[in-house]
Amino acid sequence: MGLKRKDILSIASLSVDEINMILEASEPFKEVSGREIKKVPALRGKTVVNLFFEPSTRTRTSFELAAKRLSADVINFSPSSSSIVKGETLLDTAKNIESMQADIIVLRHSSSGAAETLGRAVRSSVINAGDGWHEHPTQALLDLFTIKEKKGGISGLGVVIVGDLAHSRVARSNIHGLVKMGARVRVVSPPTMVPPFFDQLGVEVYHSFDEALPGMDVIIMLRLQLERQGWALFPSIREYSRLYGLTAERVQLAKPNVLIMHPGPLNRGVEIAPEVADSHGSVILDQVTNGVAVRMGLMYLLSELN
Amino acid sequence: MNMLIRGGQVIDPGRFNGSADVLIVDGKISAIDKKLQVKDENLRVVDAKDYIVCPGFVDLHVHFREPGFEYKETIASGVASAVAGGFTAVCCMPNTKPVNDCQAVTDLILKQAERAHKARVYPIGAITKGSEGKELAEIGELYESGCVAISDDGRPVMNGFIMRRAMEYAKTFNLPVVDHCEDLHLTNGGSMHEGLVSTEMGIPGIPAAAEDVMVARNVALAEMTGARLHLAHVSTVGSVRSIREAKARGLPVTAEVCPHHFTLTDEAVRAFNTNAKMNPPLRTNTDITAVREGLQDGTIDAIATDHAPHAVQEKELQFDEAPFGIVGLETALPLTLRLVEEGVLSLEDAIAKLTKGPAQAFNLTDGTLSVGANADLVLIDPQQEWTIDPTKFHSKGRNTPFAGWQVKGKVMLTIVSGEIVFEDTASSG
Repeated sequence: MGLKRKDILSIASLSVDEINMILEASEPFKEVSGREIKKVPALRGKTVVNLFFEPSTRTRTSFELAAKRLSADVINFSPSSSSIVKGETLLDTAKNIESMQADIIVLRHSSSGAAETLGRAVRSSVINAGDGWHEHPTQALLDLFTIKEKKGGISGLGVVIVGDLAHSRVARSNIHGLVKMGARVRVVSPPTMVPPFFDQLGVEVYHSFDEALPGMDVIIMLRLQLERQGWALFPSIREYSRLYGLTAERVQLAKPNVLIMHPGPLNRGVEIAPEVADSHGSVILDQVTNGVAVRMGLMYLLSELN
Repeated sequence: MNMLIRGGQVIDPGRFNGSADVLIVDGKISAIDKKLQVKDENLRVVDAKDYIVCPGFVDLHVHFREPGFEYKETIASGVASAVAGGFTAVCCMPNTKPVNDCQAVTDLILKQAERAHKARVYPIGAITKGSEGKELAEIGELYESGCVAISDDGRPVMNGFIMRRAMEYAKTFNLPVVDHCEDLHLTNGGSMHEGLVSTEMGIPGIPAAAEDVMVARNVALAEMTGARLHLAHVSTVGSVRSIREAKARGLPVTAEVCPHHFTLTDEAVRAFNTNAKMNPPLRTNTDITAVREGLQDGTIDAIATDHAPHAVQEKELQFDEAPFGIVGLETALPLTLRLVEEGVLSLEDAIAKLTKGPAQAFNLTDGTLSVGANADLVLIDPQQEWTIDPTKFHSKGRNTPFAGWQVKGKVMLTIVSGEIVFEDTASSG
């Protein structure tokens, strides 16, 4: 049994079985990354194209390493070096890449739905590496992998996600994934950053961080987009940090062995205090390590299908 | 050539509804009666048995893109689309390039319409120069050149003071002031209705309040100035409530609704369907119920299409980058007839919303079969079922969320000034 889909566009569209399959397939690849020779031939002869229309170091590098450790040929495509500046549409760019027999296209784009639009247009597999405010499925998969690894499971855990929910693809993907896997999910945000009907995603919405923390096994902090200061979402970074920043004192309000997670890059001293980011409970760097394994697992499953 | 339309169900809303013959002489309605006997060797007789015969439809809201965006639509392709949809009169919005804010542009539109020689085209002039919302356009000149209303459609007049002055000034000419009601600050770059679907899709939302507050503002300004206000493409519960209340107080306010707003909800946007992206956006079931009630109780006077053709490559862009708007002229009739099937409107009332209602809102002489009126009419086969196929549209635009829909009710023949300007050749037999 393998994945019976061409594209990975969202967590919302994945079943629990599919999520479990991806997490299980990723486990052996974590071991590969720990070897002296970090390479397996699973994707030899395959071509992976990283098509990144937004600046990204971490995610692109993670995908690139994952593909290379699977022995695929990897091409990185980014707007500054591509034809986008010449006015070519996303679909034309993608169809050109497809014509070069790309097996997997990894897309990062600022428009919600860009990956879905692309998936419909090309025969290559499309992996959504983040589309607008919509989804970032591989981030959620690596977060689920990390939680499962550290806590032994996901079902029944209390997980709180803190930050700008309205503009966060990481929040949406994580919420879908955690709810599907049976976690109890709380979200914390000022009302300006909670889009309407957010509770219908299966979460409890809190506006007070302190009230949301008791009983929580995992805290996922979202990056505050500092450039959104002019959007009247919060009065100042100072006030945001005071109300919604994770401090050592706040960590005490959660369960004793609470996991502290963050998709990066960190705004140290804004949404997370430096001593918390570097604390024993922090698994922020494990997330990065696991990201490579999960992306290897995912690409392996997709290439098996094709 | 004179014409006798024999044996149809003639519906002239508010005036006549029954089986009758219609005689057209010299491009005018000459007589409507049962079994007309006419002695005229050159008379063309059209058998309308099983058909509805009614005034040609009047659309208060189309975008024909000429001058400036002829790759999307020309006036020629626009009127071809209009008559194929049963529309014999259309009012075209001024957001062309250049904007229709002066006689030269109005003249060009009228000239092209004359050349195309199909539907009547009534230009709508801009409220402000370049529709920039700063200085009033030369509204007197626009009126004298043939504009039937003024609007900065697509670029709402955000400045309440300018809107006040426009309304005051337009009173001299008794011109309706048409507003696309949207507070752009509240929209803040949104591209679909703000609700559960936008939340799940991560698409920036346009709250219903963005429309509600501007409808309320415009009603207040109409009350203050006494000007005629027409509210374009009403889409929310709040708008309907404000308009109903304004009408109850006797204010000179009229309103239109688009077929997509009484048919579809924001669920149609799922899968990032850019052909379901328009402004105002598709909203919720509650809003659909409200606009339908508005049609029922007369709060909403007219069904208008907001026909907004775009090129395929524009709608193939990512959702947030694709332009707003869908074509509507060739799908309006069957979508309106669904309201009859669903018991929202009687057949006569539904036709009134496409004819008499809009004509009265803009003081047009169209939309009637009264003796002496221009012989602009449409023959409809109300039972014919067909599938909406955008590749068969007469419009250049293919952008519709209704592709593939099975619908009922087809335009068989469209007549303007006694001349056949559209005939359904595919299905006539």
